[in-house]
Amino acid sequence: MSALLVVLLTGVLTAIACALPGSFLMLRRLAMLSDAISHAILPGIVLGYFLAKGPNFALGLLGAASVAILTVGLIELLQDVSNVAGESAIGIVFPAMFALGVLTISRYYANVHLDTDAVLFGNIEFAPFESLWVGEHHLGPQSLWVTGGLALLNALFVGLLYKELQLATFDPALAATSGFSPRLLHYALMAVVAVTSVAAFTAVGSILVVAFMIVPAATAYLLTDDLRRMLVLAAGCGVASAVIGFVLALALDASVAGAMASASGLLFVTAALFSPSHGLLARARQLRRQRLEFATETLLLHLRYHETLPGEEHELEVAHLSNELRWTPRFAQRVIAHAQRSGLVQRTNGHLALTEAGRAVAEHLSARTGAGLERARA
Amino acid sequence: MKDDCAQSHSDHGFAIVADDVTVTYRDRPAVQDVDLRIPPGRLAAIIGPNGAGKSTLMKALLGLVPLAAGQVSIFGQPVARQRRRIGYVPQRSSVDWDFPATALDVVMMGTYGQLGWLKRPGPRERKLAMQCLDAVGMTAFADRQIGQLSGGQQQRVFLARALAQQADVYFLDEPFVGVDAVTEKAIVELLRALRDQGKTVVVVHHDLDSAPEYFDWLVLLNVRLIACGDFRQVFTIANLRRTYGGAMTASIRHFEWLELEKHQTSAPIS
Repeated sequence: MSALLVVLLTGVLTAIACALPGSFLMLRRLAMLSDAISHAILPGIVLGYFLAKGPNFALGLLGAASVAILTVGLIELLQDVSNVAGESAIGIVFPAMFALGVLTISRYYANVHLDTDAVLFGNIEFAPFESLWVGEHHLGPQSLWVTGGLALLNALFVGLLYKELQLATFDPALAATSGFSPRLLHYALMAVVAVTSVAAFTAVGSILVVAFMIVPAATAYLLTDDLRRMLVLAAGCGVASAVIGFVLALALDASVAGAMASASGLLFVTAALFSPSHGLLARARQLRRQRLEFATETLLLHLRYHETLPGEEHELEVAHLSNELRWTPRFAQRVIAHAQRSGLVQRTNGHLALTEAGRAVAEHLSARTGAGLERARA
Repeated sequence: MKDDCAQSHSDHGFAIVADDVTVTYRDRPAVQDVDLRIPPGRLAAIIGPNGAGKSTLMKALLGLVPLAAGQVSIFGQPVARQRRRIGYVPQRSSVDWDFPATALDVVMMGTYGQLGWLKRPGPRERKLAMQCLDAVGMTAFADRQIGQLSGGQQQRVFLARALAQQADVYFLDEPFVGVDAVTEKAIVELLRALRDQGKTVVVVHHDLDSAPEYFDWLVLLNVRLIACGDFRQVFTIANLRRTYGGAMTASIRHFEWLELEKHQTSAPIS
């Protein structure tokens, strides 16, 4: 398999593995958890070093994974006993764990180069060069086995427990009274996040894992109101980020992990701006349309009121309107144009008159709300 | 009247029995030493001032908070063994309404308890959920994201979800908060219909004005149990004074109603 293809596939599989539990993390407002884990595992790495009496990948990984699970356990405990909210509990636990690691290193291993990179050297560019061997058998790049295994495991986890995770995330109280322990599900999800984070750190490095855990999920959240679709979209956005980032890195001759993480950020910004349901532009457009429609209703009521009164023909002059309704002349023109386009109002010699349809709408409006006429009179 | 709720040897036939229930938050008891009994087929209110522990008592009955002392049984069994017979509507503010789910998705969640672990909801559950949405007049909103519903509509969806639980005992925590008058009426009608089918319905409520019209069993609570029993016997000035203490927040209207009651000697409530 070509080395480049291994890099791309590793990125794609990491994206899928991270996006699935990441979606639930985001909905539970625990987005920073994987970032916290990347720091908190330092004492685990020291423990692995101590047990192996030297640098050892397997023991370092085992130490890191155990400490990651311990970390999420401590975060839970803190929330339970002291009512500290989720993100704050994360903020308390991970510096403490990191500090413990720093302290042990400075006390016992001051002369050794030992930091998170010593075990979690993960760098996606090296993915093709770390092979998995079982005895004499060469099984191909280790990163593909690790990230592929994670993707499969997490797809199974989310697929089998979809209903339970959905309920426990949305309404833990109902989950509990329905016999699905929200605590058990929470710990299961946290364990999955801890194992995924640590294992993926070794394959692709921490920054890409942290990005893939949250950003594609946040992007998908902006694109749909359906959890099932959100999970699929999150994985899809992750895969797209990996592919776009890979192409960018090749074109710019830049860091692959950096380019993939940046691509996920770009996709998020695009969704935040252009999402048809939640995007900024869609909201601005909706607000504009609502203003125009409201103003058109006001115009119709105003015309309806004044056409019944003799000697008030001047009220129907276009020039008079913007003054009377306190609209800028430009906005008044827009409203009139909109009303004309909709066939509610016709304009002759600078005077406005309701069409039959316009009169019907106006009457319906004033019947619906007595306040309508007041509004027109104001 | 308090005798209706005291411990006795003939607890058979009660839907809900609680003995000596105490729940503490930090070192302060939120609910202390509460004995209560609610017979089946009743529409019961838990009423008391703010901070009286009404929601906590409900959570204790549901097994959602650890008991410092006491025990609860539902139809003679511990709550943990009766989960499938219990429906629960938490406070509307307790969930995230921006969650990616439609009204139908939320009602479907009511069927999960009967399904159990790992089994997926199918057409049967879907049909049931649609029927429950229909019962609360929300069929037209089945595919609407829940955050786009009004407060009253959200409460109807929650109620539909409880119906989908097909329970024998329903617990509702402040179902009338933030809903319009039409929805409140619709909810009351539904709760009455449930009661008339023989279900037991327990509601945390704080509006004394509407209580006499809605309920037929009453639990008055202010950390400790003040009184519990048939609504008309328990809803007295003396009991309300004891419940609300000096800071009587209750409005004048029901006192007029109570005074009226004395003279007319138990005219039926219309």
